[in-house]
Amino acid sequence: MEALLSLIIGLLTACGIYLLLRARTFPVVLGLSLLSYAVNLFLFAMGRLTIGRAPIITPGAAGYTDPLPQALVLTAIVIGFAMTAFVIMLALKARAELGNDHVDGTHEPEKII
Amino acid sequence: MRQAADGRVPYVGRVDHLGADRPNGFNDLLFFVSLCLCESNFFFFLYLCVFVRAIAGFCFIAVSRDEAWAAGAASSRLKPLPQRRCATGGAAASDRAGIIAHNAGLSPEPWSPMNLLLCVITPFLGAALVAWAPRLGTRASAWAAGAVTLAAGGWLAPLVEATFGGATAIERHAWMPNQGLDLSFRLDGLGLLFALMILGIGLLVVLYARWYFSERDPLGRFYTCMMLFMGSMLGVVLSQNLIQLLIFWELTSLASFLLISYWQQREEARLGARMALTVTGMGGLALLGGILLLGEITGSYDLSVVLAAGDEIRAHPLYLPTLILILLGAFTKSAQFPFHFWLPNAMAAPTPVSAYLHSATMVKAGVFLLARLFPALSGTPEWSWLVGLTGLTTLLIGAVFALFKHDLKGLLAYSTISHLGLITLLFGIGTPLAALAGVFHIINHATFKASLFMAAGIIDHETGTRDMRRINGLFGAMPYTATLAMVAAAAMAGVPLFNGFLSKELFFAETVELVARYRFGWLVPLAVTVAGAFAVAYSIRFIHDVFFNGAPVDLPRTPHEPPRWMKVPVEVLVALCLLVGMLPALTVEPLLAVAATGVLQGPLPAHSIAIWHGVTPALWMSLGALTGGGLIYLGRRPLFALAARWEGRWEARRVYDRLAAMVFAAARWVTAGLDRGSLQRMLALFVLWALVLGVAGLWSDQVPLTGPRALLPVDPMSGLAALGLMVCAVCVVVMHRKRLTALILLGAVGLIVSLIFVKFSAPDLALTQLSVEVVTIVLLLLALFFLPQTTPAESRRGRQVRDLSLAAAAGGGVGTLAWAVLTRPYDSIADWFLTQSLPGGGGANVVNVILVDFRGYDTLGEITVLALAALGIYAMLEGLRLTAPRADAEGRAWDPDSHPLIMASLVRLLLPLALLVAVYLLLRGHQLPGGGFIAGLVTAVALIMQYLANGVAWTQARLPRDLHPLIGAGLLIATLTGLGSLAFGYPFLTSAFGHFHWPLVGDVELASAMAFDLGVYLVVVGATLLILIHLGLVHDLSHCAEPARERGPS
Repeated sequence: MEALLSLIIGLLTACGIYLLLRARTFPVVLGLSLLSYAVNLFLFAMGRLTIGRAPIITPGAAGYTDPLPQALVLTAIVIGFAMTAFVIMLALKARAELGNDHVDGTHEPEKII
Repeated sequence: MRQAADGRVPYVGRVDHLGADRPNGFNDLLFFVSLCLCESNFFFFLYLCVFVRAIAGFCFIAVSRDEAWAAGAASSRLKPLPQRRCATGGAAASDRAGIIAHNAGLSPEPWSPMNLLLCVITPFLGAALVAWAPRLGTRASAWAAGAVTLAAGGWLAPLVEATFGGATAIERHAWMPNQGLDLSFRLDGLGLLFALMILGIGLLVVLYARWYFSERDPLGRFYTCMMLFMGSMLGVVLSQNLIQLLIFWELTSLASFLLISYWQQREEARLGARMALTVTGMGGLALLGGILLLGEITGSYDLSVVLAAGDEIRAHPLYLPTLILILLGAFTKSAQFPFHFWLPNAMAAPTPVSAYLHSATMVKAGVFLLARLFPALSGTPEWSWLVGLTGLTTLLIGAVFALFKHDLKGLLAYSTISHLGLITLLFGIGTPLAALAGVFHIINHATFKASLFMAAGIIDHETGTRDMRRINGLFGAMPYTATLAMVAAAAMAGVPLFNGFLSKELFFAETVELVARYRFGWLVPLAVTVAGAFAVAYSIRFIHDVFFNGAPVDLPRTPHEPPRWMKVPVEVLVALCLLVGMLPALTVEPLLAVAATGVLQGPLPAHSIAIWHGVTPALWMSLGALTGGGLIYLGRRPLFALAARWEGRWEARRVYDRLAAMVFAAARWVTAGLDRGSLQRMLALFVLWALVLGVAGLWSDQVPLTGPRALLPVDPMSGLAALGLMVCAVCVVVMHRKRLTALILLGAVGLIVSLIFVKFSAPDLALTQLSVEVVTIVLLLLALFFLPQTTPAESRRGRQVRDLSLAAAAGGGVGTLAWAVLTRPYDSIADWFLTQSLPGGGGANVVNVILVDFRGYDTLGEITVLALAALGIYAMLEGLRLTAPRADAEGRAWDPDSHPLIMASLVRLLLPLALLVAVYLLLRGHQLPGGGFIAGLVTAVALIMQYLANGVAWTQARLPRDLHPLIGAGLLIATLTGLGSLAFGYPFLTSAFGHFHWPLVGDVELASAMAFDLGVYLVVVGATLLILIHLGLVHDLSHCAEPARERGPS
């Protein structure tokens, strides 16, 4: 299971970064969302993987998973939404002001470094 | 992406002339902030950042050091001092703190234990009052500044008598008690002398400046900055902790910057301020290093410990680097060669600033530091050579350059440099008597130089110029001022019967002592006699050129005597020069004795301060200097001609300019190399760099990748879900040009992520992810409506390959890291939360209890960020109207029926149900999965659905339009819940809970944290709705009532 989750985190990061490096705003936002998933999962994984031991105190429970990373990730998810919203609005505003949706606000052909 | 947003800001706010013509208190308060925005003052901002970060970093180091120290060597441990304790003399001395005690016969606590703290913070608090005062009248700030100065002095007054009795007052106030950090202050003779100078001359300068500035100058800002400076300077001289001393030290640099650049419209003022800040700021950085080393050697930053550990410090292998770093700090501040050049350039400041900061107080901070650390650092050959040679060089260079300055203030600036060199040389000689002479000259120089600067200011004020080639023969116009200036200049030259003579003679006598000590020791008396001759020459020039020497040449104004009160400060200082010069034993001797005791931290040497010591070598040197000076002045014309030919060739400023140009060029080169106007490139470099750092980190740490933790087996369902997620994620990338398809696939990825949370025991996360996913997709769908429907295929193959390899490498790295973490066992503080959740927080859902109780402060911060993001979006979308396309990417028209009947009806029916679920989630959040975040998102989704299905007009008619009050109410409730616990005497956000019996419902547990959760709920609902609704309102059709219906199907 650990290998599977590591694979997922790695793949989501790779997809996210590839899209982040695109020239138009919308793919960048998509990439940012994918990267957020990866980061949230990564943070969550800091508490290691446990099945069937939700951190809800019940009499006779065999044990609990670590609640702290969960609390951190919960707020991270909400703040992540706020960030995505802000970025997409920035993209809209840029499109309205500059007339195109290129991240640099230009239509110039790109160069390869 | 944030980087992308920041990197493209092409507009740098330029605020050049901040409210200079309006006496507005608010302007003055905003002054600090606006300076940071001011392009011409970008240095200030840079410096502020570095400074704040450095201080933060070093506080951290100090804390960790102190902890290690407290945990370690028990034998040399300083006893933890009780907080807020004031001690007299040895009473508070811990086993290592060697506080001198000459306090026999003193009562143990003759003063209230807050006085020093109050004395230091009064000017800071007073600065606000002074900034506000101009509303009462143009000159009211002068009165306020005077009152603040007197108040600060008032706090000090009860301590003066005891200090003169030899007591050392030490005050400690808990600052961060659990980190072992205290605010601690110390008043001994040295501190008292400086505090008296700062407050006394400060008061005179307040009075003087009241008449110096014209009605057009923003007086409020001047006095505000001056109060800030006064407080910082008092902090420097009264600090007991070295780190704290450094903080105030840096604050004096900042205040000096603000004061030098007071006339911001003048370029030379800005340049001078920047130069002074750069030089003293770099010195401050070196000093920081020196102080840290000192703390490393002695194990404490407490001055008492450091001063008592002199032998240990001098024997330590780190002694030399420590000494050099500390001296760099002192020399830059006191304008010692080769860092002296900033002082003449700082003369662009208004004259009251020059009189106060650049002659009497701030530049003395460097020699203060030499005096303060004298017992800890002096007494080695390294000290003597470094300090002595620097002092001697500065003394000579300053004296020679001063003679050739045609600018009145330039002459005085170089003379100040020269006198600071003299004091430094005295401390460098290192004998107790030399240190005493140094302290004496500090006093004398402050009095005569401040009065000379004030006189120069009067002349400038009355004639409109400071050029001595034009100002001549003013004696007829202002005989009274001329007389005052002559007395002060005579003191500066070291003429008998004036105070400068006494300390100079002590100084000459000390240099004579060196003849026997060193092989070429006779060079020193010779050099200082030459310097003394030049001092006499420039003093004569100051008087003769200005007040006699023919008639004035083309003066902008007709000079006459200044207003009565402008002369009073000069009179006071000149009277002091005379009194000290004629009756030293009656006037200055007690202060000098106690200050010198403070420097030496031990018994005073035998000394006699008198006008006549008999025919000594020192007397001959004095006479030689006086005659030599007269001769030099007589032969000045050929010397001036020579100087004119060498003009500017020997200025250290050129080296500084060249260095600054090199730094700028390097910065530009780096920037140009990194930033070519392409955000993609920047981002790629950023990822690459992160990758390099990550790989380097993995590489250097030779541990196996896989840890010993037992792994969980993969079940088929999980495998299938993971496969689904991976396919979807890859498809998002592959199909990213078809934006709608990619977005739907992204939603699928998000949903499977929430399944992952379900699988691994995180029900709260799953619920949050699920609801956020819905909101996010709705948001992106709405946004997509206004963006191009497809992405053009414009990436070249090479670029794609580059990005793919970068992405693959980064993904591989993160995946490896995750694997390495996941396979390792770990220790967690989770147990504490798990055991305390029920008894301490009254909730079974530990995640929720952490959010609203244990880490409630964090959550308060998070919802504030959320609210800010929503408000930011609101501001960004304000007034934005976009026309949406009528057809999709393939040219198919959108469905004209924007609000299908069945959907609209169903969604209306769903609303109460959804709200019920939300309330249920909110209420049960403390015990079971749920809580404010999740409930808020569910509510927001339910309401958004109404907008989507029924249209803006229909929904807005039934729901409150303005969401700001909702967000505000949420933040208010959350904050008030926190403050509520303060009312009961508990720390902020302490929660309380109890069980209540409700009829019909049964036992219900209520916790104050649930009120906090309600605040969270309201903020989340408000912010989410605000964002989505305003995005919807961007659409121009949203503003027509029921647009689709009216048009009908076409």
